[in-house]
Amino acid sequence: MTDDVFAQVPREPGAPKPDPIVIADKVHRHFGGLTAVDVDHFEVQRGAITALIGPNGAGKSTFFNLLTGFDKPQRGDWLFNGHSLKGVSPAKVARAGKVRTFQLTKALSRMTVIENMRLGASDQSGENFFVAFVPALWKAREEEITAKAHVLLKRFKLYEKKDEFAGSLSGGQRKLLEMARALMSDPEMVMLDEPMAGVNPALTESLLDHIVKLKNEGVTVLFVEHDMHMVRRISDWVVVMAQGQIIAEGPPDSVMLNPQVQEAYLGAHMDEDLSEPAAVDEIKKEASE
Amino acid sequence: MDILVSILREAIAPTTAAFALAAIGLNFHFGMTGLLNMGQAGFMLLGMYGYAITAREGGPIWLGVLVAIALAVVFAVVLGWPTLKLRGDYLAIVTIAAAEMIRYVGRSQNLNSLTGASTGIRGNEFKGSFEMLSPFPDRMVEFGPIALHGSQSTSWWLALVGWSLVGLMVLLFWRLSRSPWGRVLKGVREDEDAVRSLGKNVYSYKMQALVIGGAIGALAGIVWALGASVQPDSMGRPTTFWIWTLLLLGGAATVFGPVLGSILFWCALVFVKGVASAVIPDTVLNTQQLEPFSLTLVGVTLMCLVIFRPQGILGDKKELAFHD
Ligand SMILES: Nc1ncnc2c1ncn2[C@@H]1O[C@H](COP(=O)(O)OP(=O)(O)O)[C@@H](O)[C@H]1O
Ligand SMILES: [Mg+2]
Repeated sequence: MTDDVFAQVPREPGAPKPDPIVIADKVHRHFGGLTAVDVDHFEVQRGAITALIGPNGAGKSTFFNLLTGFDKPQRGDWLFNGHSLKGVSPAKVARAGKVRTFQLTKALSRMTVIENMRLGASDQSGENFFVAFVPALWKAREEEITAKAHVLLKRFKLYEKKDEFAGSLSGGQRKLLEMARALMSDPEMVMLDEPMAGVNPALTESLLDHIVKLKNEGVTVLFVEHDMHMVRRISDWVVVMAQGQIIAEGPPDSVMLNPQVQEAYLGAHMDEDLSEPAAVDEIKKEASE
Repeated sequence: MDILVSILREAIAPTTAAFALAAIGLNFHFGMTGLLNMGQAGFMLLGMYGYAITAREGGPIWLGVLVAIALAVVFAVVLGWPTLKLRGDYLAIVTIAAAEMIRYVGRSQNLNSLTGASTGIRGNEFKGSFEMLSPFPDRMVEFGPIALHGSQSTSWWLALVGWSLVGLMVLLFWRLSRSPWGRVLKGVREDEDAVRSLGKNVYSYKMQALVIGGAIGALAGIVWALGASVQPDSMGRPTTFWIWTLLLLGGAATVFGPVLGSILFWCALVFVKGVASAVIPDTVLNTQQLEPFSLTLVGVTLMCLVIFRPQGILGDKKELAFHD
């Protein structure tokens, strides 16, 4: 297990990892007077599943946006595979091998499921205007892409829906589609923003399996999740954010015991987020275990 | 019977072809990419000026066409460069204003020697080289019930060229919309950020769509000008509005929608005008009032059609059913 990899990693915010694929330094993003992200140091271990958790409004999605070029911080630098991605466009970040999904799903509604999938593929020369005129130049690649899409759709139990418009899928199925689509380009790293939210409980099991399978295939996974059961089941390492900062890191079974983490969660829930009492109970339960 | 002939005549008229072309261009913008170009008439007007001025100064036809397209391309890039990075409505605002600006500049007295100011450029100053190429005889020619001149202005020759261009552009749209390139554009139409997250340069694709749709708009302008004359005020906001109307009528994002929309639109107009002039006595509506009355009636009818069949005649209902 990759657990060994983390054996020597100190259980503290910003802990260095043996083989980091992502390194972020002094990343700061504020909206007006509100500091959304203020991360001093952050590393993601290659080939592991890292969970990013934290109360609502902690800055997780904003941090995702910054790391993938969808938003620009006021200061800070971040590396992917040793190369700075500061100021790099989202498209280039994706082409570099780091693909993300969104908290609010972005299924392309008025396109079919299979077309959604094909769009995720890389190296389709027919996406060039001039090449597009000559199908002979791109048909072969299109068939490869389609075959690959079929495999992924079967894996995500969406194969039967392949010719339907993505807009007709349920919320959970769209989440699955978005994740499957992200995998079309064989990314080195996937960043999933709440991949389980809204997914039918019957499907979450297989979704978890997919994520573990990805790891086994060598893909690095960083994901945001609220459900601590999920986090505990699949993640190798957990990073906790609160009020824009990383306040704790550690293995999934011990990080929730950190008093600061409990305080952050309970505080946040008491102040502003009573919409998820179940989550509070869960945290209390976790803490008392 | 007369009305039927008029309708048939309108169906094959070069102006109908010109509008079909303009709508195909807009279909690249809106139907395929979701861009709100509210200034397609501006692209047409630029095409008209580019061709007519080149031809008037003795340039060959191919050069006129090239100049027309080049002007449209530059216009597209200039408009797209600052706005395509922003939210969609910015493009709408900028195109509507820029198209009007083209018209105002074109009709300004200072440019009289170049553009003919508000009078524009008379047909006989630039149509000669095109009409000389006509394979049809230089007189009225009858095909069935329809009589058109063989080569001058609204001629069989121009109808042939105009509709051939329409055919070519339909083919172009069909080919591209079923290519990976078209797929990226449709993705942009649905959700730009999703397409970005999949590694595509959204800005570049939007620019490509704006350029190609605008260039087709310029071709539409040439066909229009060859059938009439260059008249800046004929390319105002109403023209852009009609182009939108007939695109939505035929069905945005469909291959034949713009063509069907254009034919139906113009035929309906002739029909309404014909019936109205026969039925309504002169004392109630005189000939001058007939035109705006017919336009209004057709406009209202189309509005109803678009409301009750929002996907247009050829549109896929499923594609719109869950739009909201
Ligand atoms: N575009 C924005 N403009 C203003 N405030 C924002 C913006 N995006 C996020 N925020 C604020 O930043 C904070 C962090 O938000 P977010 O990253 O979405 O949190 P999380 O994903 O952890 O729930 C929140 O207080 C949110 O309101
Ligand atoms: Mg979030």
